[in-house]
Amino acid sequence: MSLKNKLHNIKEKYKGKKMAPAFNALHTFLYLPNETTHNGTHVKAADDLKRTMNTVIMALVPCLIFGIFNAGYQHYLATGAIEASHGFLGGTFWTFDNLIHGAWKVLPLVIVSYGVGLAVEFLFAVIKGHEVEEGYLVTGMLVPLIVPIDIPLWMLAVAVIFGVVIGKEVFGGTGMNILNPALTIRAFLFFAYPTWMSGDKVWVSEAVERAGTADAISGETILGAYAQNNTLPGIDQWDMFWGLIPGSIGETSKFLIIIGALFLIFTKIGSWRIMLSTVIGALVMGLIFNGVVSAEIIGESSKFYGLMNVPFWQHLIIGSVLFGAVYMATDPVTAAQTNKGKWIYGFLIGFISIMIRVFNPAYPEGVFLAILLMNVFAPTIDHYVVQGNVKKRMKRLKVKTA
Amino acid sequence: MAKDSKLILDPLTDNNPITIQVLGICSALAITAELEASIVMSISVLFVMGIGNVVISLMRNIIPSKIRIIAQLIVVATLVIIVDQVLKAYAYELSKTLGAFVGLIITNCIIMGRFEAFALGNGPWRSFLDGIGNALGYAIILIIVGFFRELLGSGTLLGIEILGDPVAKTGLYAYGYENNGFMLLSPMALIVVGIIIWVQRSRNKALIED
Repeated sequence: MSLKNKLHNIKEKYKGKKMAPAFNALHTFLYLPNETTHNGTHVKAADDLKRTMNTVIMALVPCLIFGIFNAGYQHYLATGAIEASHGFLGGTFWTFDNLIHGAWKVLPLVIVSYGVGLAVEFLFAVIKGHEVEEGYLVTGMLVPLIVPIDIPLWMLAVAVIFGVVIGKEVFGGTGMNILNPALTIRAFLFFAYPTWMSGDKVWVSEAVERAGTADAISGETILGAYAQNNTLPGIDQWDMFWGLIPGSIGETSKFLIIIGALFLIFTKIGSWRIMLSTVIGALVMGLIFNGVVSAEIIGESSKFYGLMNVPFWQHLIIGSVLFGAVYMATDPVTAAQTNKGKWIYGFLIGFISIMIRVFNPAYPEGVFLAILLMNVFAPTIDHYVVQGNVKKRMKRLKVKTA
Repeated sequence: MAKDSKLILDPLTDNNPITIQVLGICSALAITAELEASIVMSISVLFVMGIGNVVISLMRNIIPSKIRIIAQLIVVATLVIIVDQVLKAYAYELSKTLGAFVGLIITNCIIMGRFEAFALGNGPWRSFLDGIGNALGYAIILIIVGFFRELLGSGTLLGIEILGDPVAKTGLYAYGYENNGFMLLSPMALIVVGIIIWVQRSRNKALIED
């Protein structure tokens, strides 16, 4: 008897019992269930939720693999064991050593993220007696990709519990949440343990242990350097585009994010409106800041000069604007639902991201804060779009009857 | 006398001013980062509410209803100034931590609410019990929130290092534990109060309103 049949039998046997949702979850996770999703506010088409989730995960896997290699590469590069490699297929990047070191660091994060998150989901499903929803599959994959490599595992576990319970379960589970759970987890980590989430010691693996010793290495991100009016030597724009730079695990390779974006757009899972308008918003804000600099309103002595002076298009390849736009802003539950609303929502995310990035003195990145902020406003945007439409039609009606 | 004991016990649980009526939230969020501050705040409110309710109850038949709010404000303000002066004289450091929030007891919705809803219509003894009961209900939540916020945020309780020394890395810190800075920020107080409300309502389904 195959595993599938066994699971099916268990499912039938425990039907209506207390532990049933837990078995069903395992069954659903491994095999196609015999029913599709039929509730939740995000379901606007005949798609099954599971297909949506799996597609997003497939789009994320390249970023994860690249992140693993990059973790090893940054580590060995910083310790001086290897030469810098240039280009996507650089000789010292796709090596076995990098893979081993990176996997040793990244896979525990993935395991903790999924283990803890699914445990919380199982617990709530059993208590509340509903089926386990697939919502955590994507969140669990996103979480390891948006944290620094050296984050202690227990911190990640605490943050995941917080994010899933406060970000999602209190609102009623998948499909009901106001905030993106993955970003809630990141925000919790950022406010609770800021020393592990920012600065120049957390982005390259094992940099924290070496701090203060003769082997100390600096792993500043590009944004961190710009915020202090410095530039990082030896890194050009192509390195930023291909992703051979320090940063959160999955956000560095803009190339793979764009491929993931095309995949999501092609399969009609991600909204191209949101992605495009976020990019436009970021470019507009970047242009405004460039204008401020060239109008000489702000001089080189200003502490905002470094980031304001970045050419507007470069904002897209440093930091996590693209990753946020493609995988976070397009979350179907928390984004705006109307087409016009999506344009406004995305534009404001890009616009505010760059604004926070430049003006936030404590932390030179604002994408996660901007997306969380717009998550809160998404229903309001939708409300006004719908009301505007209603008003327009009412006018048309009056003209006809008059 | 069963009814009198209800005046004290009800606000502690099923009619708690913070978790059920959702009043007096501002000070509950602002000063609960340390347990000591929460306790002092609780005692201050206990004093003001106990005496204030009795005074208003004694004057209830001579206050014209058109100016009753002003009369109530004068009573609260007098009592709060006494508390403020005592704190400044005997616990100066603490009164600096509490800052404006001692003065803001005047506008604490729980106090005005009990004056309006109870003291204006009941005798001094019952008003006294009601004031004490509601202040205790307020105190209980403040102390629970203060306990968790100080323990998880600073690793201390009443200033005593419970979990070890974070700088010298003793106790729990030797194993890589770190204080949760989020706990010291006001939003976390709101979330802790929210969790208390959640737990209370899921234990007693009758409290859930539609």
